Amino acid sequence: MQLKRVVVTGMGALTPIGNNVPAYWQGLKNGVSGAALITKFDATKFRTKFACEVKNFNAEDFIDKKEVRRLDPFCQYALVATDEAMKDSGLDVEKIDLDKAGVIWGSGIGGLKSFQDEAMAFARGDGTPRISPFFITKMIIDLSAGHISMKYGFRGLNFSVVSACATGTNAIIDAFNYIRLGKANVIITGGSEMATTETGIGGFNAMKALSERNDSPETASRPYDKDRDGFVLGEGAGALILEELEHAKARGAKIYAELVGGGMTADAYHVSAPHPEGLGVIAVMKSAIEDAGIQPTDVDYINTHGTSTPIGDPQEIKAIQKVFGEHAYKLNISSTKSMTGHLLGAAGAIESIASILAIQHQTVPPTINHFTDDEEIDAKLNFTFNKAQERKVEVALSNTFGFGGHNCSVIFRKYE
Amino acid sequence: MSEIAQKVKSIIVDKLGVEESEVTPDASFTNDLGADSLDTVELIMEFEKEFNISIPDDQAENITTVGQAIAYLEEHAQK
Repeated sequence: MQLKRVVVTGMGALTPIGNNVPAYWQGLKNGVSGAALITKFDATKFRTKFACEVKNFNAEDFIDKKEVRRLDPFCQYALVATDEAMKDSGLDVEKIDLDKAGVIWGSGIGGLKSFQDEAMAFARGDGTPRISPFFITKMIIDLSAGHISMKYGFRGLNFSVVSACATGTNAIIDAFNYIRLGKANVIITGGSEMATTETGIGGFNAMKALSERNDSPETASRPYDKDRDGFVLGEGAGALILEELEHAKARGAKIYAELVGGGMTADAYHVSAPHPEGLGVIAVMKSAIEDAGIQPTDVDYINTHGTSTPIGDPQEIKAIQKVFGEHAYKLNISSTKSMTGHLLGAAGAIESIASILAIQHQTVPPTINHFTDDEEIDAKLNFTFNKAQERKVEVALSNTFGFGGHNCSVIFRKYE
Repeated sequence: MSEIAQKVKSIIVDKLGVEESEVTPDASFTNDLGADSLDTVELIMEFEKEFNISIPDDQAENITTVGQAIAYLEEHAQK
């Protein structure tokens, strides 16, 4: 059977460096850091007192007041980013086959704040259960996909994807595959996350996963720098409208890029540590390249997972060198997490958007906060340090990896 | 208006996101104020919490309007 072609016709982003796609791109291009001291709770006693929070955001500006109370922040973020993407796509829900319009939405953790708040309220009480009737539907991850479908009347396939920090990319690849197979004409996909809570920061702190550079939050996320000391927690959402090519053409849609390939593998090794030889990461990039029907030499830009952890960063780079060989030196590589922090289940979504924007603007966003080379990382590679670079970007690959050993790579190509 | 009636009204305004002028004695939570089954459960729980009482399910089922809620609570709320 002939697989269908899939294009991106709409995008929405709610990020620590911009609350919509144009603002996000301005932040990326200008190398803005989204990190600052935590405002959502008192982090005085926490090892890490900063994060990349979404700023100047009031859910009631976007969502009915009554509805806001029923939605965990991760779900509010999902609806806001989706709203931008839907408007951007120009899709008219009166004119499309809603039975072939789906939603595949992901979150790494889901309603962590709702879970924490409800459990704390119960613990403060006398043992009488006064659990809110909205607790379960606020907390569970799939309600993001559910709420999006209710808003737009999309009655096609509908579910959530969970693969920790690979979630966003995983959701996009799933949507890509279902459209390729003819199971849907349009799918709203992406991911959202809001884990800036006591349990979120405390939990990642306990794993020694977070940067503790409290005296300089804005330089804390420094992928590939010798003095990197962990990731910076981010929050927000990224939404993409994926559409079957002929369906998009028939309605005269604006096309940002073509989604040409996806790879999904596992390390099968450890809950949080990457495989020492990078087997799963090498395999996932190869798999995506093969799926796209291109050669490694066709790739111009890699938006890396690059979380700014001591062990993870060099492992990914070594894997890139194994897959790309000499061509690795001709690539632009960057970790936009240096600016946005790590959005966990939304990372793959906003980084896919960054990759698409790099193709659209023929400009690679930088890896900011580079001060000192690390001898473990080949300094001859072009990491797009500190300043965006203009260049030809026909093909961009985005990597994300998650706790549990999940690896995903997705490839976008300029649409012609 | 009694203090209890005032509290009941403000809980309804807050939880259902409606205007105070809509919260009339005859107003039905589901038919007039846009509540669904989960909202009505939450309202009953809020009344229990605010007035420090426990409303049995078979009685909660009969509280479907603003007036019924006020009447029930004026009778049962701990003074």
